[in-house]
Amino acid sequence: MTPPQAGWADHPAARALASRHRVRMWEPIPWVLALAFYFVFPKYLGFGTELLVTILFALSLDLVLGYAGIVTLGQAAFFGAGAYTVGMLAKHGIWKEPITGLILAAVVAAAVGLGSGLVLLRTHGLTLLMLTLCTMALLEEAANLAHDYTGGFDGLDSLPIAPLFGAFEFNPLYPKTQYLYVLTVLFVCFLFVRTLVYSPFGQSLTGIRENMLRMHAVGAPVRRRLVLCYALSAAIAGVAGGIWAQANAYVNLGTLGLDRAATVLIILVLGGYSRLYGAFIGAVAYMVLSHFLSKIYPTAWQLGLGLLLVVIALFARNGILGIAEAAVRRLGTRQATL
Amino acid sequence: MIFGIDIASMLLGGVAAGMVLFIVSVGLSVTMGLMGFVNLAHGGFAMLGGYAIALAMKHWGLGFVPALVFGFVVTAAASAMLERLLYARLYRASELDQVLFTIGLVFMMIASVTLLIGPENQPLALPTMLQGQINLGITQYRTYSVVLIVVGIVIVGGLWLGFERTQIGAQIRAAVDNRRMAESLGINIARLFTITFAFGSGMAALGGGLGAEFLGLDPQYALKYLVYFLIVVAVGGLGRVTGVFYAALLIGVLDFVLKKYVPQGGTAFIYALTILLLLWRPQGLFGAKAT
Repeated sequence: MTPPQAGWADHPAARALASRHRVRMWEPIPWVLALAFYFVFPKYLGFGTELLVTILFALSLDLVLGYAGIVTLGQAAFFGAGAYTVGMLAKHGIWKEPITGLILAAVVAAAVGLGSGLVLLRTHGLTLLMLTLCTMALLEEAANLAHDYTGGFDGLDSLPIAPLFGAFEFNPLYPKTQYLYVLTVLFVCFLFVRTLVYSPFGQSLTGIRENMLRMHAVGAPVRRRLVLCYALSAAIAGVAGGIWAQANAYVNLGTLGLDRAATVLIILVLGGYSRLYGAFIGAVAYMVLSHFLSKIYPTAWQLGLGLLLVVIALFARNGILGIAEAAVRRLGTRQATL
Repeated sequence: MIFGIDIASMLLGGVAAGMVLFIVSVGLSVTMGLMGFVNLAHGGFAMLGGYAIALAMKHWGLGFVPALVFGFVVTAAASAMLERLLYARLYRASELDQVLFTIGLVFMMIASVTLLIGPENQPLALPTMLQGQINLGITQYRTYSVVLIVVGIVIVGGLWLGFERTQIGAQIRAAVDNRRMAESLGINIARLFTITFAFGSGMAALGGGLGAEFLGLDPQYALKYLVYFLIVVAVGGLGRVTGVFYAALLIGVLDFVLKKYVPQGGTAFIYALTILLLLWRPQGLFGAKAT
């Protein structure tokens, strides 16, 4: 009988685990492209900034939906919490510095996520879906009611955000600073999420998604893991919201709405969830399409979007990246058989 | 005395709204309880049915009641077809796929109606018989609200009888409580699903038509009131006709009263109440305990 440790490192499963978190050849490409965009399309930097923020927001949803398997319709609650934190602090002249403002946005959103997660994550299925939806709707109503602080339906505009490092102005007409700032923040957050999902913590989240009962049985603290993941994802969504408020210099009720929550869900699923780069692909595909189509044919755009969702749900559950992976795999096997 | 009449008339309005909520939501509750399917397109069926009713009255000069029957039949038939062709493929799929599929369906419904008919509100002219006021002895009240309440009571009575006293009702209840056991007893679950789904969508169409007078009828209807329908179902409990009835009345009356006295915070109060209720009883007020 061979001792168990002999050759376990050669086991295919062990190899797959070890190679999973390594940087792959193509991984710098999206970042190089994002940098190139800055030089090639100086006129579209506003669009580019919006795109990067959307990627960051979709990434936060990927953590909670794709890795922990929590189906939420209320992710925009945290986006809005972050955006309103930045907006209210700046508008009332309490705090205008952008980087620390983002940290505050993350802390506030994480607190909202932790508080709601502690109570909501006791439930599952339809009840959980409803509770996430109601929490978001409640926050939206609260923001609407607290008119004196949040500006109510009109929101807060022309937020006085201080220059970055005291030197680089946020100019809404030439959003050069915003673009590079958002790109840097996205990169930092991405590194965090990437490290997280390949860590033992991330592995246990995947385990919970795949089989909660069995994770209970092996003694994993399922509830605590889920709540922690929910709060971390909320923090990243809060950063996305905060940076959105800083880049656009305004906040409105739309940051908390069902529209935003549904859109980010669509984006993530379009790209492919529980794949780190699904958020990137989905956001690019969706934003480019909507940028050109939704203004010319808004109704046809909605029709096409609906059709796309139905097709994805029925036939292509892993989104664009899933289709690409399947194609690559098929190509690989064909070469192997030849 | 004046105060009492005020309360009575307010209750009547709330109850009438609750009846419409019930008629729309009951199908959602039964299909969710029976199939475990998160159907966010249910409001879409109510919207389509409402349009069928309104357009039949406008273009073909159909009476209100025949138009309601027409809307019920058309929507039920269309949804039965959709159920066989598309929904049935997703019964075993994950919640996320069901959510995406039904959101996509709602988008397509809204866009098609906007393209074909237009984005504006469809007026639905009530017959003169149902307009105006009626003398209830203690107070004058809008005839239509009283009619809605009577219709709602008739429907809930009929549904209760159908659910508790007929064979197909017994089959549905059995399938809601334990699907595998029901299947092994020889109940044809697929056929049951189709029938219930079609009937539920037909009811939604009826609610869309009956409620158009005060909820309005435009393409956005499908999403605008969805949260309310879902709240009613979640609070009432899945697959429970009487539970949905009480929940709809509760939400209808609360909404009506709150809108009158606290026009600002009313909706927030309902959301907060729903969250607390669901935390206290995740299976809903009247739902059976989840096993």
